[in-house]
Amino acid sequence: MLEVEGLACRYGRIPALKGIDLRVAQGELVSLVGANGAGKTTLLRALSGVLPTWAGQVRFEGADITALAPERRVRLGIVQVPEGRQVFGPLTVEDNLRLGGYLRRRAEAGRALERVYAMFPVLRGKRSEPAGTLSGGQQQMLAIGRGLMAAPRLLLLDEPSMGLAPRLVEEIFACVRSLKAEATTIFLVDQNARAALAIADRAYVLETGRVVLEGSGHDLLSNDQVREAYLGL
Amino acid sequence: MSAQFVQFLLTGLTVGAIYALVALGFSIIYNASQVINFAQGEFVMIGGMATVWFAAAGVPYAAAIPLAVAAAAAVGLALEKFAVEPARGASVVTLIIITIGASIFLRGLATLIWDKQLHVLKPFSGDTPIVLGGATLLPQSLWVLGVSLAIVLALAWFFGRTLLGKAMLATSNNRLAAQLAGIRVRHVLALAFALSAALGAIAGILIAPIAFTSYDVGVMLGLKGFAAAILGGMGSGAGAVVGGIVLGIAETMSAGYISSAYKDAIALLAMLAVLFFLPSGLLGRRGTERV
Repeated sequence: MLEVEGLACRYGRIPALKGIDLRVAQGELVSLVGANGAGKTTLLRALSGVLPTWAGQVRFEGADITALAPERRVRLGIVQVPEGRQVFGPLTVEDNLRLGGYLRRRAEAGRALERVYAMFPVLRGKRSEPAGTLSGGQQQMLAIGRGLMAAPRLLLLDEPSMGLAPRLVEEIFACVRSLKAEATTIFLVDQNARAALAIADRAYVLETGRVVLEGSGHDLLSNDQVREAYLGL
Repeated sequence: MSAQFVQFLLTGLTVGAIYALVALGFSIIYNASQVINFAQGEFVMIGGMATVWFAAAGVPYAAAIPLAVAAAAAVGLALEKFAVEPARGASVVTLIIITIGASIFLRGLATLIWDKQLHVLKPFSGDTPIVLGGATLLPQSLWVLGVSLAIVLALAWFFGRTLLGKAMLATSNNRLAAQLAGIRVRHVLALAFALSAALGAIAGILIAPIAFTSYDVGVMLGLKGFAAAILGGMGSGAGAVVGGIVLGIAETMSAGYISSAYKDAIALLAMLAVLFFLPSGLLGRRGTERV
């Protein structure tokens, strides 16, 4: 479904990604783990088209999308839930969700809204409140819900469990599992490497802008290098 | 209430409504791009001058006014496309200097296309004053107040009720998240400039029958609108309206009761006072967000 070949990105003159190769197949849950500054968020931003590509190619369902504008990618179904939640703080919860469905027809967006409220009932109760007043966990649910409003075919999740209490982390991962069960293709970045690998079909390890390891989630969990560097064992 | 006080109040409201429209233009562009567009006053000038020009060419008001507003909106789009957009990524100060340059350019262009004379536009519905509690009100003032009110209500509906309006608010709040939601942020920016230009032009057309118009009318009106936006809180729509009205009334009262020599100083004093004592303005955003 998604194929990345030799992808490189720079911030000014500083290279952040130095030739990434990876692929995500239809229906797969692929995780990306790596330390802070390894380039995980940069990679997701390049995949969403909000960061220009320096070199390489990104293909989605066979079509070259390397130079496609962000909104065109959203229309194709490449939807990102960004790091740090990034909700529209002064707007209400419901407005945030409706903006997630900005490119969809009104009736479709209405049905999607009902599904998001069914998935996160707490959001329905807060629908008229400014998103900025929600707790961290609720904001994360809102960010995921806003992403789902766009009818993702490939969902890019950037650090969905960051800064959340353990119980909420469990809740977010349960939500990711249920999305996978509904056959959404997911590309997951998370600092919680253990959980991200345990849930993944396949995974990549990123170090200073390069993919250094790849394999099934299970294999990487038992890989000595990974255990030492990312799982603290 | 003395008749004199009512008179000053009515005049102040009229002037204030014009300031409010200009201030709204500042706020809309500021929200969309964090740029303070010092060419805002030139949109006011273009509105008035273009209407005078079309009217002189025999075009009836009903067509001349929409044409003038459209011309200003086109200039607003061009400003965004050819002056602001190419400098994307530059610092806000650079962008502000670009808008100052654009305003000088537009004034120069206006003297070339038109002239340096004062022009007057015939009032929309005659000039027989209406007597109200001992004070008099020009019919044109009713136009100013009515149209301004209609515009404020329309903007409140647009930003409060439509998805496009909310997309503009979302873009100003979080550009990255807006892009990820599929909002074309460049279109939002262009729309903001066109909308602000149209608002400025409407203000310039409404005031032209009362206060004359000329190639440099935008300098002072732009400055007053800027002061009103600061007074109300830059970026706040309600603040722009309140700031405009307060400033208009304060100015007229001081001109009437103290001296008209200090009229223009009032706007600057109000702006300085706000910046010193209440930097976010009367209705500006205060940090209530959880991060």
